[in-house]
Amino acid sequence: MTENEVSKLILDIIHDIAPDEDLSDVKPEVRLRDQLDLDSMDFLDIVMELRKRHQIEVPEAEYMELSTLAGCVKYLRPKFEAKAAARA
Amino acid sequence: MSILSPTAATAPSELIKKRPKLLTAERLKGTKDRYDLIVIGSGLAGLTVANRLGRDGHSVLLLEQHYNFGGMATWFKRQNGHIFDISLHGFPVGMIKTCRKYWTKEIADSIVPLKSIRFDNPQFSLQTTFDREDFTRILTQKFEISPENVAGFFDFARSMNFYDDQKLTTRELFQRFFPDRTDVWRLLMEPIAYANGSTLDDPAITYGIVFSNFMSKGVYTFQGGTDLLIKSMKAELHKNGVDVRNYAQVEQILVEGGRAVGVVVNGQRISARAVLSNANVKNTILDLVGEEHFAPEYVAEAKGVRMNSSSTQVYLGLRRGETLPFIGELFFTSTHPTFDSEALTALECTSRTYSFYYPEIRPGTDRYAIVASINSNYRDWADMSDEDYLRWKERYAEDAIRSLERYLPDVRAKVEHVEVATPRTFKFFTQHALATSFGTKFEGLKVSQDLPKQLPGLFHAGSVGIIMSGWLGAANYGVIVANEVDRYLRGAPDAVAKETA
Repeated sequence: MTENEVSKLILDIIHDIAPDEDLSDVKPEVRLRDQLDLDSMDFLDIVMELRKRHQIEVPEAEYMELSTLAGCVKYLRPKFEAKAAARA
Repeated sequence: MSILSPTAATAPSELIKKRPKLLTAERLKGTKDRYDLIVIGSGLAGLTVANRLGRDGHSVLLLEQHYNFGGMATWFKRQNGHIFDISLHGFPVGMIKTCRKYWTKEIADSIVPLKSIRFDNPQFSLQTTFDREDFTRILTQKFEISPENVAGFFDFARSMNFYDDQKLTTRELFQRFFPDRTDVWRLLMEPIAYANGSTLDDPAITYGIVFSNFMSKGVYTFQGGTDLLIKSMKAELHKNGVDVRNYAQVEQILVEGGRAVGVVVNGQRISARAVLSNANVKNTILDLVGEEHFAPEYVAEAKGVRMNSSSTQVYLGLRRGETLPFIGELFFTSTHPTFDSEALTALECTSRTYSFYYPEIRPGTDRYAIVASINSNYRDWADMSDEDYLRWKERYAEDAIRSLERYLPDVRAKVEHVEVATPRTFKFFTQHALATSFGTKFEGLKVSQDLPKQLPGLFHAGSVGIIMSGWLGAANYGVIVANEVDRYLRGAPDAVAKETA
């Protein structure tokens, strides 16, 4: 799975949680809540959607890994790949 | 002749006789033997959990012992077209986003701002939109506090969060920024005391979080009334496949093999993979489960949780055709010299908040209602003789009208329906420990959050810790706990680890 593919899956989730946000120019290294109108409840929704759609669990202690898009990709990519490998 | 209107068939004194006949197995007809989740209680936390998880595909049964859903988000109707809302005015702007995400766009779109909030007490009399900009104007111009100091206070309050020092009290916070300015303290504290029952001696973080939520954009209400809100929520629950039952009294939470496995409701056993209680946290642990199922230290902790105060309300319904001039939707009145948390809940009442309901709140109607809210202690009311109880109710009604006559001299003649709800009434309808209408003090949040660690499969959501109180706090706490329930139900690795620990 490429970084771009992981990034798109994450942006798909954010789009469903915050439909009014323009996601065409999200800067990977800037904190998501500094460039989008996201609060802690939105991050909780992201965690729930990751579990529901992709069976990926993010423990509470690791929520901060999701603070930027680049961080999300770095943290979630191995998890996506492990899931893909398990399915294969 | 009593000032109070005749007792209605739905008043506690009448319902208590009928209740055993109402809580029947018939109420549960058609329920399944087993659900993913049973939710006990339909306050805004319970409703939101049920909807969130039902929408995500879990099978959910929601049980409510009362005939109405909504918990303290409730209303009642009386003869001659009177409708009274219990807690509709008001909540912070965040409720719009919460309703849109976890309920529907239509519900979110019906949330509108209050236009004017008034204060009148021996220290000051003023009118505000109750947001940072207007409060800054009032504090700098009327109270002559320096702009830097006001900005410093707002920024500090907004920066406070759950992980901060919990030793600092609200009194100390006020003293730090506004030393000995009890008039400023009153402006800052009185509305919050009516919003969540907190006092000057509660942790400052609870004040900072709640106050900042309100100050971001003022106070909001739901156009259409609480009845429409709950009706819309019920429709959404049905749409999402949640099985919803009223007059369903949970008597026991069943525990087997060290985990929650279902409930006994109206004498009938129903199984579930998980149970979420939206009952009071203490009732849940000590009454519904029983202390023998918990570690002694946890039981001690639960027993030590203090409750916030209860409420007394006086409902004044105007005769059809009578009107009121617009004098604001919320009016904080007091004759007490300064803000005093003790005096605020004393039986000898000196402070009351009036909520004014104009026809615009229920478009298409032409009726006016006024609800006076008073913070009260259950203990003061619990053991009164019937005679004293009636006498105090009459006095509260008379005082609420007389106090209002200072601002609306002709109001008495316009009022047709007069009714009083006391802490005993709230106790009857909510079954909460000490009839609390604002949940628990700060320590209740930890006990609530620790419940699934103590008893896997059992969760709690509801008004706890002051910050999770009120409409927004309760709904959002429901979402937070729904995430935990979802993890447990989907059997994620750390949920399993917790279970075996």
